[in-house]
Order: sequence, then structure tokens, then C-alpha cells
Amino acid sequence: MTVLEFFIEVAGTYVSTLAFGVLINIPRRALNFGGWIGVLGFLLYRFTVLSGGGYVVGNLLGAFAIGVASLQAARIKKMPMILFNIPALVPLVPGGQAYQMIKNFALGQNATAFVFMMQVVMISGSIAFGFLLSELVNRVQQRAWRHRR
Amino acid sequence: MSSQKKRDQLILHTALTAGRIMIENGSEIERVEDTMTRIAHNAGAETSQLFVMITGILMAINGEVGAQIQPVKRRTFDLEKIAVVNQLSREFATHDITLRQFADKLDHLDSETKYFPMWAQLLAAAMVSGPLEVVFRHNLHDFWISCLVGMIGWLVFYLLNKFIQIRFLSEFAGAATIGILAVLAVHMGLGLSVDDIIIGGVMPLVPGVPITNSVRDVLAGNLVSGPARAVEALVSAAAIGFGIAMVLQFL
Repeated sequence: MTVLEFFIEVAGTYVSTLAFGVLINIPRRALNFGGWIGVLGFLLYRFTVLSGGGYVVGNLLGAFAIGVASLQAARIKKMPMILFNIPALVPLVPGGQAYQMIKNFALGQNATAFVFMMQVVMISGSIAFGFLLSELVNRVQQRAWRHRR
Repeated sequence: MSSQKKRDQLILHTALTAGRIMIENGSEIERVEDTMTRIAHNAGAETSQLFVMITGILMAINGEVGAQIQPVKRRTFDLEKIAVVNQLSREFATHDITLRQFADKLDHLDSETKYFPMWAQLLAAAMVSGPLEVVFRHNLHDFWISCLVGMIGWLVFYLLNKFIQIRFLSEFAGAATIGILAVLAVHMGLGLSVDDIIIGGVMPLVPGVPITNSVRDVLAGNLVSGPARAVEALVSAAAIGFGIAMVLQFL
């Protein structure tokens, strides 16, 4: 990955996260934060994959970072957390694999389709599990926060 | 009607309207329960009992009025309304607005829709499709055509959704349009790869809100609403998949 490619990916992720936020009508004040959280999650995923960590761990780390960062953003901005983590999740969606699965099923190449289906299931599962882990951290933090007050 | 009874009625009305607006526009169940309990508590009701599901809310407070039901009929994604209800609830908690003002503002919020203007939404659909096509597939050549295809596909989805109001059918039609346009674009020499254009173009239709909310609902222990949302997301994904698959079949 060259430096230029890196910047193109960051810019692409930021713009697309922001634009998805516009489509589901997120308040203007929350858009910028959501965009950067999307970049954070995607970069963690990308670097994990580049350093040989694999798709599953990458998506798990990405979703985990998105979940934790969203709660901090929600606390700073005093807005609901889902305003930040829904658009930020979009760059992690396994669009390519899902498309290959559909295409191979449509063309009757079931063996290849099942390989891609397995990938889609693994990636979705790891994103869900990443969210679960981040929720664990958030609950602990909330408990500590309440306790301290 | 005694004044206490009127007050109780108003508390129930406010809390139920707030809850309905939040579910209609894509909030997770736990937040709805939390907000409604807070409203009732801040308005002076000592205890409140709640039963929140994705298709309806049941609420009772100790007082002179009985429990009331509020059905949730339509379901759209308008996260700004959730943020506004959240903001109003905070203002009510700090006594910046009275219960009457709160109720009026909620009724007002319910009747108006303040989406971004049409051109901004179209631009946004283009800006989801093109950049994600480049990020996923590293195909800079097809950037502009992906933007265009994604925008038209989203427009078809949006218009159909407005008129027939069955989300899954609109998604199907939008995906089929994207498929046809992608094949046409490559035929006419405007793009290099049908696959890449379709992958980018479909991204604005991704059911992001149900996916995220289903995970959060299941985690919070709402074992009815969570799987219901997961089914919603799966059916959406299947509708998009069928739309694409149909086009590829006839290639």
C-alpha cells in the first residue's frame, strides 16, 4: 500500500461514512465525529489485515474500536450513541464477499458460492462479537463513572 | 376530571409519544425504555411499568389513570428525531421546559419531517457508492460511473418507497436497476468491471440501522425485538441479493 493509496482510502472512508449519515438523516453536529470514527475502525481493520492478522480479527478489532469510540463521542456531544456507530459500521460491511456469493449462486457455481458465504458469515459474526466486547468495556466504564460521582 | 388525573394523562401521553417517535425512527429498545422511565420519573410519577416491543408500547404509572397502549405502525430511519427527543428529555430533566411544552414539542416533531434536501441526499448516495467502490476494489477508473449508478439506484429505491411503502420491494427494484445500469455501462464502455460498479452502487441500500440495532437489542436482553430486527436486516439483504442475482441470470 503506497502513501497515495493510503490517503485515498482514508478520504474514501471518511466521505462515504459521512454520506451514509446524510442518508439516514443524522443531525449535522454528529456527522463529522461519525466520519472520523468510521476512519478509525476501518484503519484498524486494514492494518490488521495488512500485517497478516486475517479478516476475522481485523473486523473484530474494527467493530470494537467503533463501539468504544462511539460511546466517548456520545458522552462528549451528549447525543445518542447510535448516531455514531451506525454510519461508522458501513465501511466494514462485507459488500464484496456478499456480492461474490450472490453472483456465484446465480451462475450455479455453488461450491465457490459457499466459500464466500462462509466468509460473509464469519465477518458478520466477528463484527457482532466486536460490538459485544465494546459493550462490555462501555458497561464497565459506565459503572465506574456512576460510582465516582 | 380532577387535575391530578389530567396530569397523569399528560405524563402517559408524553412518555408514550416520545417512545413511539423513537421506535418509529430506528432507536434501540433499551434507550426507549430508559427515556420513558426518566420522563415519568421527572414528571413526578413514583413508579412506572413499561413493556416496549418493536411493534407497540404498553405503559402504566401509579396514579388515577390505567395503563395505555401505543402501537408502532410505520418504521423509517430518521435518526435526527431520536436526537431531538433525547435533547428534549434532557431539557425536561433540568426543568428548562414544562411537561406541557414537552408534549407540544413532541406532537410538533411528530408531524414534521426535516430531511436533508433532495439534492443533498442524491449527492450523499453518490458519495457512498463511489468512494466505497474505490476503498473495497481499488478501481479508480470506475469511480464516476459507480457514483452515477449508485445515485440512480438509490433514487429508484427512494421514489418507490415513497409511493408503495414496502421497503423490501423498493430495495429489490433499486438493486435490479443498479445491476442493469452496471451491465449497460460496461457494454457502452463507460466502466471496466460490472462487479465493482455493482458492489459500490449497492452500498447506499445496506440496512445499517437494523443490523446495528439487532445486535444491541439482543445484547441488552430484548430477545423479541432483537431477532425481529435481524429478520428485517436479513430480508433487506435478501431483497438486494435477489435484485442483483436476477440481472446476472439474464446476462
